[in-house]
Amino acid sequence: MRRVVVTGIGAVTPLGGDISSSWKNLIEGKSGATLISKFDIEDFQAKVACEVPIDQENHKINDRFNPNDWFSDKDLRKIDNFIIFGVAAAEMAILDSGINNCSLNKNNIGVGVGSGVGGLPSIEKASLTLKEKGPKRVSPFFIPGALINLVAGHISIRNELKGPNLASVTACSSGTHSIIEGAETIKRNKADVMIVGGAESAICPVGIAGFAACKALSTNFNDSPEKASRPYDNLRDGFVMGEGAGFIVLEELNHALERGAKIYSEFKGYGVSGDAHHITSPAEDGDGAYRSIIMAIKDSNLAVDEFSYINAHGTSTPKGDEIELRAVEKAFSPNIESITMSSTKSSIGHLLGAAGAVEAIFSILAIKNNVIPATINLDDLSIDTKINLVPHNSINKNVEVVLSNSFGFGGTNASVVFSSYKENNGS
Amino acid sequence: MSDTLEKVQAIVVEHLGVENDKVTEPASFIEDLGADSLDTVELVMAFEEEFGIEIPDDAAESIQTVGDAVNFINSNKSS
Repeated sequence: MRRVVVTGIGAVTPLGGDISSSWKNLIEGKSGATLISKFDIEDFQAKVACEVPIDQENHKINDRFNPNDWFSDKDLRKIDNFIIFGVAAAEMAILDSGINNCSLNKNNIGVGVGSGVGGLPSIEKASLTLKEKGPKRVSPFFIPGALINLVAGHISIRNELKGPNLASVTACSSGTHSIIEGAETIKRNKADVMIVGGAESAICPVGIAGFAACKALSTNFNDSPEKASRPYDNLRDGFVMGEGAGFIVLEELNHALERGAKIYSEFKGYGVSGDAHHITSPAEDGDGAYRSIIMAIKDSNLAVDEFSYINAHGTSTPKGDEIELRAVEKAFSPNIESITMSSTKSSIGHLLGAAGAVEAIFSILAIKNNVIPATINLDDLSIDTKINLVPHNSINKNVEVVLSNSFGFGGTNASVVFSSYKENNGS
Repeated sequence: MSDTLEKVQAIVVEHLGVENDKVTEPASFIEDLGADSLDTVELVMAFEEEFGIEIPDDAAESIQTVGDAVNFINSNKSS
């Protein structure tokens, strides 16, 4: 049976222009939330978001992102923001893995991307152009610049990767599903390496208005943006939209060992399920979440007491946080008191289709660095539980196995398990 | 007339990211200036917008060089 390991990581998040600054700021308990700066928010009820910090003057500075480090001005005009983030994160992961330094058969290296709404800002812009100037003024680059799978398209074009070329579109579970598809593709011998992840940049007028209209976003903390994302806290009132991208290099184990790749961790297994309940709300009984978690635990061939940390979906919604928590308690009982679970959305907000991928990277780094990120803003826990939700400060602890959950609109659930890589892991 | 060339040059530099001194009248958009088929569609749209003219598809197809664009625009723009 083919084993799958992680040999490279890359990300662009509201906490930094690359993964090392993002992780550093995460562990220091920083918040990426601010008042929205991309457009005039006067008429908007939801005024807070987690934006990627941009610097177009300086190059290769870690804590800010410069699109020109990855694309020329001419090419930037032709692609939506989420594609820029996705390609940059993937390029950083590819660089980290060293696969471009080896002579590998690129027919066996594929790409997969997850995104929830993809090129929404481009769709908004093209619609306005259509209305104001007519159909003949819509740019020929609008469609290819907005399509979700073009993230994978660009990555494959730039690196001549001719393996499977895929996309997962499952709202807030997209990033996790993309990793699952990548792992399965390798396990089924359709590729030896899969560059997979998620990308999202939907902080635009129609995106914020749309999510606010279905009552998903926080509106009570416009005066103190950094406090708005507060999973499990008594005052939580909805999620804070984030943007960014995360990509990992998944590789068949022997392929990685033969080329002397550095191995971050092993992808141990996954669970998937559907709620069959409501278009936006999770099922109250948490059954879909529970089944996804149980399936992942079983697939990983590990016992519940071997799990060191759970990176929660934990979006900071009044109902969703508790539903997931109860599902976790049920899946891990009776070991509830030994569970450590946090929501990193407290720091970076909800990256929608990119969330599952960035959170998988945080899970992998928790294993590599033996540090568990905190749930910040958890001032007043309103849920009666014995789970350690890591309020305020990150914890130094030996981390061997991590479960990461993602649950999306429409009741689509996904859970993945990463562990430290052990040669004789046999399973 | 040279005003047309200057405006065309500015549009080409902005859209194709090439140096201004490469945008000479004989320069072919595709062969010399690195445009692909979608770039040329966008350039034609930009010329229409800038000069307030319509460039029908068959005319657009025969605009291969910077000079072709300048000539077409000069023959058709409202002064």
